[in-house]
Amino acid sequence: MKPRVTDKIATAVFYIIAALLILLLVLFAAYLIYQGRSRLNLHFLTSAPNSLEAGGGIGPPLFNSIYIVVLSLAITLPIGLSAGIYMAEYAKPTRLTKMIRFCIEALASLPSIVIGLFGFLIFVQKTGWGFNLLSGALAVSILNLPVITRISEDSIRNVPHSVKEASLALGATHWQTIVRVLIPCAIPGLVTGLIITSGRVFGEAAALIFTSGVSGYPLDFTNFNPMDSSSPLNPMRPAETLAVFIWKVNSEGTAPDARLVADGASAVLIISVFVFNIASRILGKYLNNKFAGNS
Amino acid sequence: MSKPNKRKITSHYIKTELLGKSLVTFFGIFLIILTISLVFFIASQGLSTFILDKQSPLKFLFSSKWDPLRDLSKGGPAIGALVFIFGSISVSSLALLISTPFSVAISVFMSEISPKFGKKILQPVIEIFVGIPSVVYGWIGLTLLVPFISKLTLTIPFIDKDINTTGKSLLTGGLVLSIMIFPTIASISYDALKALPKDFKEASFALGATRWQTIRKVLIPAALPGMLTGVVLGLARAFGEALAVQMVIGNNILFPKSIFDRANTMTSVITMEMGNAVSGTLEANALWSLAFLLLLISFLFIVIIHKIGAKGSFIK
Repeated sequence: MKPRVTDKIATAVFYIIAALLILLLVLFAAYLIYQGRSRLNLHFLTSAPNSLEAGGGIGPPLFNSIYIVVLSLAITLPIGLSAGIYMAEYAKPTRLTKMIRFCIEALASLPSIVIGLFGFLIFVQKTGWGFNLLSGALAVSILNLPVITRISEDSIRNVPHSVKEASLALGATHWQTIVRVLIPCAIPGLVTGLIITSGRVFGEAAALIFTSGVSGYPLDFTNFNPMDSSSPLNPMRPAETLAVFIWKVNSEGTAPDARLVADGASAVLIISVFVFNIASRILGKYLNNKFAGNS
Repeated sequence: MSKPNKRKITSHYIKTELLGKSLVTFFGIFLIILTISLVFFIASQGLSTFILDKQSPLKFLFSSKWDPLRDLSKGGPAIGALVFIFGSISVSSLALLISTPFSVAISVFMSEISPKFGKKILQPVIEIFVGIPSVVYGWIGLTLLVPFISKLTLTIPFIDKDINTTGKSLLTGGLVLSIMIFPTIASISYDALKALPKDFKEASFALGATRWQTIRKVLIPAALPGMLTGVVLGLARAFGEALAVQMVIGNNILFPKSIFDRANTMTSVITMEMGNAVSGTLEANALWSLAFLLLLISFLFIVIIHKIGAKGSFIK
């Protein structure tokens, strides 16, 4: 009878641990949203940070975060997708392929601060550009390249073989098959993967403090000239993102309500994590039904 | 008739096949170029401490005196990084110690106890934990955990009266990190358990073993190599994490006396100092050496994972 009792106890312990995990997440989310509740309004989301007086917002950092996501995806997607196509379709089991695989793994395991320092050295110092948004986007792109390559490779590999064979049988070349058949079929996997990487970029900070910097110029949101230093569209301006902003407020917050501002910003970040997750789930399901036809 | 691989190079063929193929091949090779240039540039900066500044690599690794700006009259600059290396190792091990049992338990729960609940609820929960940015973990640690640990150290009577009561400590860093690395270990352990053949479980049940006996005596040992991979990846993640740790560990350039004492890590000191260090000076170079060391360690972790993978391949 004794093993049965231990079995029951073990099962109970497993249930408790699982419950604790869920409780922990609920606690985190509730705590952040509760602490930041007074700041979850439009004014906070749109107005500029103020380091001297209370009442500053997170408008520019929030915009910078989104801008870096867009820029880095524009850089990573073509490169990562191409490399993924190569690995899934063309790579033969040679030394070169092994080497690429090792490099993908090596890049993926590098601490983001090391990649940030590389970006600092190359894009900020060697080019003489100084801290700027583009350097940040490039650094984050290096961080995401292995992830997107892997996602692309997996989603292309997961396309049923019969689909590919049908296309080749019709006389299409390998490349035509990839572009017209395999990539469209792989879109559901690609999109969910992209949303997840976007979420990562959105919260990244360690790679950005050395590349896009920890401060920004005041922005004029009516200025659409990308060459102007006050224009939000200018990629060559220093820019603090939301995550960097939270980190900075902790180390050098000078505003009287710095604590509240960081609480509000953290609440915004954790809400976006939920939004990214739910969006990837819904969109993934929708696209899967649409492209795979299993509605 | 022409076989596909003996196709004539016509302009049509170039347009429909060769161009695309060359393009994607180039980007595949680009990943190698990127990795090599990354290693090259970080190494050349990191090694200049030893080559240009003539510092001893042994002193860098094994001395604990870190004062890169010290005057020549006081003995010249010292760049012993042992305190940071020790801090990184201890905070990561601590995180691993806390996180591993829970992570393995969760993976067992998801694969053996309640797969349906695991897939529907726990998997999304784990994904959200992955998605939470490290600064947010740091901020929660700073505003929730640090005051709590501070109170804890104040209430528990210690013999040592000089105990650090700020709440920023090795323990706080370890706790924050343990939550951050938990999804890595849990999801890889889960994959390892899932990959086991069904026969293992069925054979064990057929012998009359209970579920717990099966889990403890059959499933976990069989999935151990995969789980170890998860543990090493978790360790790698903990080692490389910068901002969350920096926010809660206290950043004290002395060896911590206990887990309640403040500490410092390699990533933390880079985060704090690199912005102020003038490039080309010994201080900046020494920080680059730390970054290079981080890079080497993360490569070492990959090698270890491959070794584990090769050993564990008997399951498949």
